[in-house]
Amino acid sequence: MSSERTEQIDVRYVAKLARIDLSEAECETFQEQLSAILGYIDTLKDLDLDTTDTEGLPAIDDNYLREDVSRPSLSQEDLLRNAPESAKGQVRVPKVVDA
Amino acid sequence: MELSNQSITSLRKQLTSGDICSADIIGSLADAIEKKDGEIGAYLSHDLDAAREAAKTADLSLPLGGIPIAIKDNINVKGQPCSCASRFLDGSYTSPYDATVISKLRAAGAILYGRTNMDEFAMGSTTENSALGDTRNPHDLTRAPGGSSGGSAAAVASRSAIAALGSDTGGSIRQPASYCGVVGLKPSYGRVSRYGLVAFASSLDQIGPITQNVEDSALLLNAISGRDAMDATSLDQPDTDFTQGLNDGVAGMKLGLPKEYFGDGIDPAVRHQVDESIKKLESAGAELVEISLPHTEYAVATYYIIAPAEASSNLSRFDGIRYGNRVENPNDIIDLYRRSREQGFGPEVKRRIILGTYVLSSGYYDAYYNKAQKVRGLIKRDFENAYQKVDAILSPVTPNVAPTIGADKDNPLQQYLADIFTISANLAGICGISVPCGKVASESGSQLPVGLQILGPHMGEQAILKVARAVESSD
Repeated sequence: MSSERTEQIDVRYVAKLARIDLSEAECETFQEQLSAILGYIDTLKDLDLDTTDTEGLPAIDDNYLREDVSRPSLSQEDLLRNAPESAKGQVRVPKVVDA
Repeated sequence: MELSNQSITSLRKQLTSGDICSADIIGSLADAIEKKDGEIGAYLSHDLDAAREAAKTADLSLPLGGIPIAIKDNINVKGQPCSCASRFLDGSYTSPYDATVISKLRAAGAILYGRTNMDEFAMGSTTENSALGDTRNPHDLTRAPGGSSGGSAAAVASRSAIAALGSDTGGSIRQPASYCGVVGLKPSYGRVSRYGLVAFASSLDQIGPITQNVEDSALLLNAISGRDAMDATSLDQPDTDFTQGLNDGVAGMKLGLPKEYFGDGIDPAVRHQVDESIKKLESAGAELVEISLPHTEYAVATYYIIAPAEASSNLSRFDGIRYGNRVENPNDIIDLYRRSREQGFGPEVKRRIILGTYVLSSGYYDAYYNKAQKVRGLIKRDFENAYQKVDAILSPVTPNVAPTIGADKDNPLQQYLADIFTISANLAGICGISVPCGKVASESGSQLPVGLQILGPHMGEQAILKVARAVESSD
């Protein structure tokens, strides 16, 4: 049996971290749904990894690196074509620094 | 038989003998789409005029010369829209490059004419999370085709596509293939390049074929597999012809039945079809071996920590800056991000990003993400141990038949739990195929397909294709 959840996910706070502007209604719905999901995920707590043999577990595979040599890529024109706003060969964005 | 009803193998024979030309196939396909896609909704877009042009210069000496292949809308095809069925990218992103699988399909002579519906950013199991359209199961229009590659599966099942590509992160090729009665293959992790696939969970995603039969699946796997310098997770592999040995049969093979996959909770009618199919394999000379995959009960929980975590990172690129739909008149840059993402993403995508952000956040990383990765290692080891004893593993694909549209709409957890049989293969990085093995009558009298899943060791596609072919030919 999974244990009682001691902490509730703070959906509003996490949404801020994730840069998503959730509505009040969404916060409420997600609070409920995510609490249920996290309640289920807590079944992993039952698994005592201290006594389970985790020695030599297959790891995510090695990194394959290539030579650090530059090579042709897409053109600036190709890449700007999808930009919502662009000017002078650059992507236009709101001011990021208060100068 | 209508050309659009025929398999790649059948069409290639007629093309190379000169009985038909590629334009004939495109013409038949165009008719099929016009007749059927109105009510099925498998496609988000297509350009059959461009396909007719391409057909004129098709090089029939190539392995897929003249054959049209439908593409799931999360795979980049240069000059085509790539919306991932999301409002974020709808109408505002045209692929500036070809995914590696697309370059390879082109090099094999295939014609790329259409983009199929899916759950938004591949998150979902019914294609109902698409923000851009509804897709229905061709076997019963009141039911879902499955997901997230529901459009590809529905197109092939209704023969409004000859064959298609999908992607599979937790079952998104195998499950819709099962629900729609077609063949769906998830290759081993690293078998096929992910370059140009819009990433959902980078350690779980694979592109794979959805086809009318097993031979076509092998043909497409031939075309798309291989190490790619643009995808560091793709693997060096010997040049293999996956159609070789396809008809060798299963005599002498050891096929594992994991007891954790044959318990309660499976629809008895589904279980019956699966059991009958397994009996036929035994009659064909396979030895059935009971095995155990002891960490199965933790697979769904493990996946729903790892996949959303990786998704929260992968989807941070959708910020409204370089591509996609940007919100009007943002107050500042943060407001631009927050409102573009709020408007662009559907509820399931938001849910998973928030879940993923949470499990990776400070204070929770060890309890959730780190632990899940360890459990993942245990699941992978369960399979490695099993493959010491057996050549392939058999199981149902889903515990049920295709759900009615709207079922579990407000209950995401319920939807997640149905992924139980497919999800471990992605966590372990192994290959798996769903092959039709029977039908179940619904209350309304429709005949709903059931798939048998065959799981193979990492890079063991030849074994599972052989078993799948045996299932197919025993019908």
